[in-house]
Amino acid sequence: MSTSAKYWRGIPQRYRLEAERCASCGMEFFPPRLVCSGCGARKFMPIKLNDHGKLLTYTVIRVGPSEFCEQTPYAMGIVELDGGVRMTAQIADVDFDTLEVGMPLKVEFRKIREEGQAGILCYGYKFVPE
Amino acid sequence: MRDVAVIGVGMQKWGELWEKSLRDIFTESAMLAIDDAGVDHIDSMYVGCMSSGLFVGQEHLGSLLADYLGVAPIPALRVESACASGGAAFRQAFFDVASGANDVVLAGGVEKMTDIDGGGATFALSTAADAEYEVYNGVTFPGLYAMIAVAHMNAYGTTREQLAAVAVKNHKNGAKNPHAQYPFEVTVEQVLSSVMIADPLTILDCSPITDGAAAAILCPLDMVGDFTDNEPVKILSSAHATDSIALHSRKDLTWLSAVAKAGQIAYEGAGLTPSDLDFVEVHDCFTIAEIAVIEALGFFEKGKGGTGAVSGETAMGGRIPVNPSGGLKSKGHPVGATGIAQIVETVTQLRGVAGERQVDGAKIGMTQNMGGTGGSCVAHILGKA
Repeated sequence: MSTSAKYWRGIPQRYRLEAERCASCGMEFFPPRLVCSGCGARKFMPIKLNDHGKLLTYTVIRVGPSEFCEQTPYAMGIVELDGGVRMTAQIADVDFDTLEVGMPLKVEFRKIREEGQAGILCYGYKFVPE
Repeated sequence: MRDVAVIGVGMQKWGELWEKSLRDIFTESAMLAIDDAGVDHIDSMYVGCMSSGLFVGQEHLGSLLADYLGVAPIPALRVESACASGGAAFRQAFFDVASGANDVVLAGGVEKMTDIDGGGATFALSTAADAEYEVYNGVTFPGLYAMIAVAHMNAYGTTREQLAAVAVKNHKNGAKNPHAQYPFEVTVEQVLSSVMIADPLTILDCSPITDGAAAAILCPLDMVGDFTDNEPVKILSSAHATDSIALHSRKDLTWLSAVAKAGQIAYEGAGLTPSDLDFVEVHDCFTIAEIAVIEALGFFEKGKGGTGAVSGETAMGGRIPVNPSGGLKSKGHPVGATGIAQIVETVTQLRGVAGERQVDGAKIGMTQNMGGTGGSCVAHILGKA
């Protein structure tokens, strides 16, 4: 089983959407990086991501990985947030038939999964319809 | 750099090989390649394997497999680049010979995927994606390629039937391949009505879970006559490129830029263009993957890849036969072995001994092997020497 460090060090991103903007070229990164892949600069300013965006593509997972087997079927998508950062997450509280490219979604704090054998309850972000 | 030839290849029928362990299936293919080449020794070896740790609980493969092949203490190394591990191993073997460091080098690939259950295998494969920002949230590989498919359908009007036509075409080819895991034909209706895995991809859009291995022997082109009377096959170029492994980080979700880059380097290295190729073995881990790859490699305009299988342009006898072997779809996809099996097929075609699935007059062929959703891509162009 994983130790808790793997979980808690991701909390700033998973709970609070903390990201960074390159101080040199302005490119935004989620998660934060040490080197800007746009210009190579190494200085960043902290930013909080906008929690509204639009759906770029989606699927419905019918056969899941072992840790998500009990949740299937569930929708997943890639969303471009207002500001340009893109992320992959589940789309919750949605009728699968209503999924379409371009639909507005917002990011919410949700439970993602439970680790087995009394492990950690894992939280993070999911998309929900506006 | 020395010119390099492939003088021996070997693989056995792929499938659910429950009675054999990873070391057995690798050694069988390696022995076939060594015997085919006619060499009495090898100087070094590289083995592509994506995830023996998760699939069978075994790392340190280089030494283990050298020992069981009876070639220790030669240098032996496992090479990993997710599903492109085999192609990456072949490229390391190519450099080893081209540089002059070693003369007779084995490039192999192996994956033993059926020692764990389906959920475990799905998880092991998902580690080729971004563990913290894709997999953490529940994504699977069929799910990622399904999202590429939806983006492609939305941007270019690619249809569900066009995806199915790729599976139909590759199964038709694979039905003539004695090494294929699923050597049977399927119809468009069967693909569309098979069980849904990740919308819109059904199980017949997906390559299978497979146990398998493959191997090739490389040597300097000017030493071929020392070992074999086989018609030598020359490596005309070798290319490798990378991209973000997180699909969402790419500007265009429908475009495989690492594939395009590797293809461009491979064409330039060989002094060729896409129209010079007689056939190509591509990484059709999902039907949409083949469509995206044949665009990135320049065989079809961006957005038009879906027309290839429907029009027959990518069929045997078409403008550019794609996956004469049956591809990953029909032949199987033991991830680390796939890139080497593409080399095995290409050498077999260039020797003109592919039997019922022979591409008439094949002189130049290409292999394209990618990791994840295209986060890495290895391409090689091979030709009759």
